[in-house]
Amino acid sequence: MSATTTPSTSTGEPHRPVELHDAVIRFAGDSGDGMQLTGDRFTTEAGLAGNDLVTFPDYPAEIRAPAGTQAGVSSFQLHFSDHDIHTAGDAPDVLVAMNPAALLKHIGALKPGGTVIVNVDEFDERALQKAGAMTNPLEDGSLVDFRVQEVGLTSLTLRTLEAEIADGDMTRKEAERCKNMLALGLVSWMFSRPMDATEEWLREKFAKRPVLAEANVKVLRSGRNYGETTEAFAFTYEVPAAQLPPGRYRTISGNQALAYGLVAAAQRAGLPLFAGAYPITPASDILHELAKLKHFDVTTFQAEDEIAAIASAIGAAFGGSLAVTASSGPGIALKTEAIGLAAIYELPLVVVDVQRGGPSTGLPTKTEQSDLLQAVVGRNGEAPVPVVAVKSPGDAFDAAIEACRIALTYRTPVMLLSDGYTANSAEPWRIPDVDGLPDLSTAFAFATERNDADRFLPYLRDPGTLARPWAVPGTPGLEHRLGGLEKAPDTGAISYDGANHHAQTVLRHERITRIGAQLPPLDVDDPTGDADVLVVGWGSTDGPIRAAVHTLRGNGRRVAHVQLTHLAPIHPDLEEVMRRHRVVICPENNMGQLALLLRARTLIDVKAYDRVTGAPFLSSELVDVIERLGGDALEGER
Amino acid sequence: MSTTELPQLTRKDFSSDQEVRWCPGCGDYAVLATVQSTLADIGARPESTVFVSGIGCSSRFPYYMNTYGMHTIHGRAPAVATGLSVSRPDLDVWVVTGDGDALSIGGNHLLHALRRNVNLTILLFNNEIYGLTKGQYSPTSPLGSVHKSTPMGSIDRPLNPVSLALGAEATFVARSIDSDRKHLSEVLAAAHAHRGASFVEIYQNCVVFNDDAFAAVTGKDTKQQNQIRLRQGEPVVFGPEGERAVVAGEDGSMRIVPTAEAGDRVVVHDATREDPTTAFALARLAPSPTGPTPIGIFRAVEGPVYDDLAREQVARAKAAAPADLRALLEGGNIWNVG
Repeated sequence: MSATTTPSTSTGEPHRPVELHDAVIRFAGDSGDGMQLTGDRFTTEAGLAGNDLVTFPDYPAEIRAPAGTQAGVSSFQLHFSDHDIHTAGDAPDVLVAMNPAALLKHIGALKPGGTVIVNVDEFDERALQKAGAMTNPLEDGSLVDFRVQEVGLTSLTLRTLEAEIADGDMTRKEAERCKNMLALGLVSWMFSRPMDATEEWLREKFAKRPVLAEANVKVLRSGRNYGETTEAFAFTYEVPAAQLPPGRYRTISGNQALAYGLVAAAQRAGLPLFAGAYPITPASDILHELAKLKHFDVTTFQAEDEIAAIASAIGAAFGGSLAVTASSGPGIALKTEAIGLAAIYELPLVVVDVQRGGPSTGLPTKTEQSDLLQAVVGRNGEAPVPVVAVKSPGDAFDAAIEACRIALTYRTPVMLLSDGYTANSAEPWRIPDVDGLPDLSTAFAFATERNDADRFLPYLRDPGTLARPWAVPGTPGLEHRLGGLEKAPDTGAISYDGANHHAQTVLRHERITRIGAQLPPLDVDDPTGDADVLVVGWGSTDGPIRAAVHTLRGNGRRVAHVQLTHLAPIHPDLEEVMRRHRVVICPENNMGQLALLLRARTLIDVKAYDRVTGAPFLSSELVDVIERLGGDALEGER
Repeated sequence: MSTTELPQLTRKDFSSDQEVRWCPGCGDYAVLATVQSTLADIGARPESTVFVSGIGCSSRFPYYMNTYGMHTIHGRAPAVATGLSVSRPDLDVWVVTGDGDALSIGGNHLLHALRRNVNLTILLFNNEIYGLTKGQYSPTSPLGSVHKSTPMGSIDRPLNPVSLALGAEATFVARSIDSDRKHLSEVLAAAHAHRGASFVEIYQNCVVFNDDAFAAVTGKDTKQQNQIRLRQGEPVVFGPEGERAVVAGEDGSMRIVPTAEAGDRVVVHDATREDPTTAFALARLAPSPTGPTPIGIFRAVEGPVYDDLAREQVARAKAAAPADLRALLEGGNIWNVG
């Protein structure tokens, strides 16, 4: 929380907002306390106020982990600012802790001097015991470094709804459940946020039970009034609007943007969209989003398993749909054989992998860049497949369109890598001009006529893209059979010939390599153009790397940054860019998967930095890493 | 599909230029020929017909058909076919699979294609053996089968494919025999005409690894004794002189008695009965085809078709809202900068 004005200490005006450049707030409570929803609403308020923002939702894998325990704590962090930001913030300025477990689990992250709002009603002996507290942190002096605001969130909520309970409009339990709105009202007041949009949203959400809607609105206002009337809070704050590029904005999460990107791609290609999927965390929301968009000629098929999900998509691709399947690591493992089938069929298909911690079931709700190698090389036989990565929630829209472009242009399955962090976090998104989106109808044309004197050759290739014709059933004269067995050239007939297998294998590699050669030049971020240190990242580390690089440059360090969108084939410019720098650093939320590929392909000794704790990098962490690994090369001398 | 203006096609129009490479004497040849001629007879069009198969001897089938085709991966043909059928209502989608492909590795997909009632015609070539991998017992091999992987006899209880399909409440369930061209052709035509998932088990002889597995129902001297022909609306009697009959016991199970003793207790076959209980009891008459075995259409009922329901939802959504991409992207709370 960085201030632009010194807080007024005049007692006459205790609540004149202190202007801040940015603030980080974290809501933490039991899984059932509605923390994700509270965070979402505050995010919308920040977006509507014109802030730049990044969020980080973090929740347990269990739907209702034992109440009151640290294992059951769900949290939502929001970083909002008056300038361009790239991370959800390293340490919160304000922590809202709905119970002792939430306090104990998250207090360590709070900035020294930060504010912690605790629901004091929940600090009885039993709750403390469940949370694993030896002593009461509110009394044992452990919070001495923080500004502690003890608020009776539960009792205030119940008092607000006394009449509704007495009249039998709602049960005491239902009333108590509104306490997250009290916290939201209080925090909204603290940061001078108007609440009209939230009130409107509540009335819409509970349209079927107006009593609940009005109760929530009442509690929300009660939270604001509590802040306004009590003397407990010395200051309120204001984070002015950010200077974002002009345009129309909304907040969007990665899964939502990815789903919209798929729909946009299908619309721009003039094709129906077919999505085969099997529910899996953290990818299911893509299926949920698409299921709401059937009016865009979208068919969603919730299959019996991951294999059927991709198999159905392959069937739909043969039939002429833009076909996708979305899953996460374990599901992708099950789809592996079918991805190979799509590769030899040479049909367009997009396989979305919203990565999470592994191995096996691993950490379903925690983010990790776990599957780069699975995506690039994790198949039987030589089965090269292009891989595209998502950098941020908003970028998921563009990355999805890019994956579809490659799939349609080159007739190949494409792996699209997102991750749990990107999927669930949100940011302001400048809404693109629909007419400016890539026109994918030019990427392909269904074959309509025979391409040889008296027959159809399903594997006769376009000399530029090496793509084979996409001839869909229903077209007379183009009847042909696809199969997983090795193909003879042109005819696609079964061939067991060894020399032909070698030639076809080389061809399948060349097909994918050529995609790289036809990409626009690699985007290298190096403002001075003379950096000796290069940071290479991919996917969702874009934000923290950017923030770290920005800080380092502010300290007079010279450092360049490349964030890869295309992981297979790796952009052909990259090797030359890497050779221009004395030190190449590769930070990843895995055990060095990109570093391994880069070393293998360039023989350059990439310095890896790896962490897999289920949380994204902090920018301060990467500042230290780049300082340490970059060493003298960050200085000005040549 | 109207075919009135189109020329009558022949079996040859459905044969591809690929050399058929099953073992000499394999039952698959007969099935291939019957499928090709049946397609011509029923007025199917090559360009609108798709054969989807999995892995195994029978799954080479699509290569020999001059239609669209997909030889997919082991067990997954029903799932691939589901995606194609749901997205392309104008196509005739056939699935060709075997006892290992459909009932072992692909059991899950078969079950779900049937219970969803996807508009597919599924032909299960049952030879009670793994042929392509050279002779291991399959999920339909009798208990105690001695093969390469079971030198002391298999200890798996076999599946009855018809029972399984009825258990999944498939809307069309039938059984036929590779070498009985007339019967197979009739059953295929009925299966093709049925809307929804049609399941046809075809007894198919593997001459190399499991010869004569179905001799009881195909042998010149035994077939009349053992084939229980199911004919819609007719009493279920069989034998050279119709001397044996199927009667229902009080507990719902069925048994075979001399026709002379059966009186009016003879079961009259009705495949259109909504309740699959009688069809199931008929299927259980012969757990394995070594004695009297029902052949024909066990069940043919109407039911909601998955494809229609899926497309109806899309049509309803389209009617309710335009495909306005700009409106989609601008949904939610919007603010302007600059």
